[in-house]
Amino acid sequence: MIKATRLSLAALFLGASALTAVADGWMPSNPECIAPANPGGGWDFTCRQVGKVMQDEGLIDKTMQVTNLAGGGGGVAFAEVVNKRGEDNNLIVAASSSTSTRLAQNAYPGNTMDQVRWVASVGADYGVIAVAKNSPINTLPELLDKVKADPTSVAFAGGSAVGGWDHLKVLIAARADGVEDVRRVKYVAFDGGGEAVTQLLAGSVQAFTGDLSEAKGFVDSGDIKVLAVLAPERLPGEFAQFPTAKEQGIDALGANWRGFYAPKGMSDEAYNAWVDKIATLYASDEWKKVMETNGLAPLDLKGADFDKFVADSVTQIADLSRQIGIIK
Amino acid sequence: MDTLSHLADGFAIAITWQNLALALLGAALGTVMGALPGLGPSNGVAILIPLAFTLGLGATPALILLTSVYYGAMYGGRISSILLNIPGDEPAVMTCLDGYPMAKAGRAGEALSLSGIASFVGSFLATWGLILLAPQLVKIALLFGPDEYFALFALAFATLGGVSATNQAKSAFAAALGLGLAMVGVDTQTGVPRFTFGEVHLYDGIDFLVAIVGLFALSEVFVFLEHRHGGSDAAHKSMVIGRLTPSAKTLMKTAPTMLRSSVLGFIAGVLPGAGASLGAFLSYSMEKKLVDREGTFGKGDPRGVAAPEAGNNAAAGGALVPMLALGVPGSGTTAVLLAVLLSLNITPGPLLFTKNPDVVWGLIAALFIANVMLLALNIPMVGLFSRLLLIPPRILMPAVAMVSFVGIYGISGSPFDLYLMVGFGVMGWALRKLDVPLVPVILGTLLGNQMENNLRRAVTISNGDWGVLLSSPLDWILWGIAIVGFILPMVVGKVMRSRMQAARHGEAGEEMDEAD
Repeated sequence: MIKATRLSLAALFLGASALTAVADGWMPSNPECIAPANPGGGWDFTCRQVGKVMQDEGLIDKTMQVTNLAGGGGGVAFAEVVNKRGEDNNLIVAASSSTSTRLAQNAYPGNTMDQVRWVASVGADYGVIAVAKNSPINTLPELLDKVKADPTSVAFAGGSAVGGWDHLKVLIAARADGVEDVRRVKYVAFDGGGEAVTQLLAGSVQAFTGDLSEAKGFVDSGDIKVLAVLAPERLPGEFAQFPTAKEQGIDALGANWRGFYAPKGMSDEAYNAWVDKIATLYASDEWKKVMETNGLAPLDLKGADFDKFVADSVTQIADLSRQIGIIK
Repeated sequence: MDTLSHLADGFAIAITWQNLALALLGAALGTVMGALPGLGPSNGVAILIPLAFTLGLGATPALILLTSVYYGAMYGGRISSILLNIPGDEPAVMTCLDGYPMAKAGRAGEALSLSGIASFVGSFLATWGLILLAPQLVKIALLFGPDEYFALFALAFATLGGVSATNQAKSAFAAALGLGLAMVGVDTQTGVPRFTFGEVHLYDGIDFLVAIVGLFALSEVFVFLEHRHGGSDAAHKSMVIGRLTPSAKTLMKTAPTMLRSSVLGFIAGVLPGAGASLGAFLSYSMEKKLVDREGTFGKGDPRGVAAPEAGNNAAAGGALVPMLALGVPGSGTTAVLLAVLLSLNITPGPLLFTKNPDVVWGLIAALFIANVMLLALNIPMVGLFSRLLLIPPRILMPAVAMVSFVGIYGISGSPFDLYLMVGFGVMGWALRKLDVPLVPVILGTLLGNQMENNLRRAVTISNGDWGVLLSSPLDWILWGIAIVGFILPMVVGKVMRSRMQAARHGEAGEEMDEAD
């Protein structure tokens, strides 16, 4: 049913796409992006936006087919790419910090990060720690001092499961501030950042940990106070008002990067072409607009650099996860 | 009035030939997608996103197309519930309870028309609720912390006993089975996989659609296979379609049900994490408690069709409240709509109503248009839909099996879900043999996760103090209703039953007419 719809859609727009300029070099004959989650989430969004901008910019000459392959927090898609689609030159897969977190925690049974080729990043959503507007706490050190004095007095709400990226961000900040036993930091998992913010507003929890894009609407309306952004320096534009953790003396970084991986057996020609395409996309004005409206901050890593970045983040997360006892 | 002039502006934005054509297209596609088992509203909307993008539609036309699909799918889900006893999507599960018995009694056309009208009433009132109350309603969502949510889900389970007319112990067993199934997957509060047996496909838990399609659709096919020697074809010949529209008397009788269910469904929709299934479920069990004096619910009572349909359609409208006003999706479908809004550079949230009034009011006008269109589309089609019953099972059943497989494979693209679905089919067949109702299994699976998570969130926040479950006035109210809902039927039921027995002796045979 879905296939049929997609095929007919593709047929419909073949005519339109013939008009767009064809770039030089290798072209995917049937570009496909796997979103390892149901429609509506971050990965799905990454696939669809990138597909749209690539087509608008003439980087691909057919509509990007977005396949939702949900399950196992991305593990189903990862296993599928490793086991069955290992040679596919047309395929890229949306990934983010959740992907590296799960790889670090061996949550994709039997899979490791070197079973795929890491293509490039398209931006990063920096982590924020926030409190409700009427909270007496105004800075990150104040909040963490409270945690140090009595860990049970502050409940952090986040949109990921325990051990997931939203949880780890708090722990990274707590560890940077010298909290000895990060396991005692109280974290409550909700279904998505939106629900977590709602519970902050409802007064059920004392603090929120999430991505800047999730919190933005509530900051604009004045309902929550952002204590710190976990970015290396203040973000551009309207986000410049938020202090970083670093300038408050807590050296904590937490970027939820967004990017893509591709099958291991993809030809070098195709791999390089995809890296170039994403680089061109990243430099385009249309993508800049997408980043701006969605609170994505710059993170421009390609090919080997991106591969190293992912490897480093896997190592860091594995280390932290071992400390809190999620993995042995 | 300010609101009315905004609404007029909205209609001015929404009513163009292009938008009306899009609404019609969306309504028709949505109805079909809702009716096909396996394709629910969220998939329906997701499938059409690329269409909206590639057509280069602006924000308002794109939203009109997609919300028409959303509302359309909510309408469509009832069709297969009533005709085949196979829910087209999760919220339509409750419609099977009385819809299918009505169809078996030769009142399929009536049930379809009536549920169409109930859907319309539910959506219509919910859209008005959205207009008049959205900013205030957000406050209700903020009253609900984890402890209140837990009480709410407990309330749903406490009233479960009333749902299936048969053996109470069997429905309790079915609900427990559902709760058990809900535990499969990675536990979000500790990050530990439970009952996954190292199978990565089970890490996210069992997909409701796989369970529903397996339990209802495939088990139906299995039952048919078992009886195919003569039996079912003979039974089938007695299927009659009967009148296509409900009588004025039936409409009068179901009107209060529709109104009450709309209100309850709308509130359930407003709470993020509750959603349309809970809306339909609570509406049905409330109506059963309130008006089922003759014990006709579950045997083809028109009110048992009207209640869940008004409830789930009202909940669909209610779910738009937190999505627009908080940016928090209350259901899978609103999560998809939220993503669409984001990619159209519109940020839903507290400021949406002031920052993008054209989008909000255009959307609301679109909801009204889609709703009217759906009613206009659905009522004349009742005759056509109900002909489905005339298709001999030897042709219908393979078609059902085919649609089930294609639908499920289309969602997940993984053969694992197909095996799982077949497993559920066998389980459904066994449960039917044992006369265990299937609806509580689905409810347990649907609601169990949320119920458990909220309990554990509440206890984590309170540092292990279970007193938190009774820490607010709202907690007390919800638990109060739950206890009354649990105990009352036991006490009153006995009195009722003896009275009914007496009545039955007096006017045997007139029961069916009385149910009208």
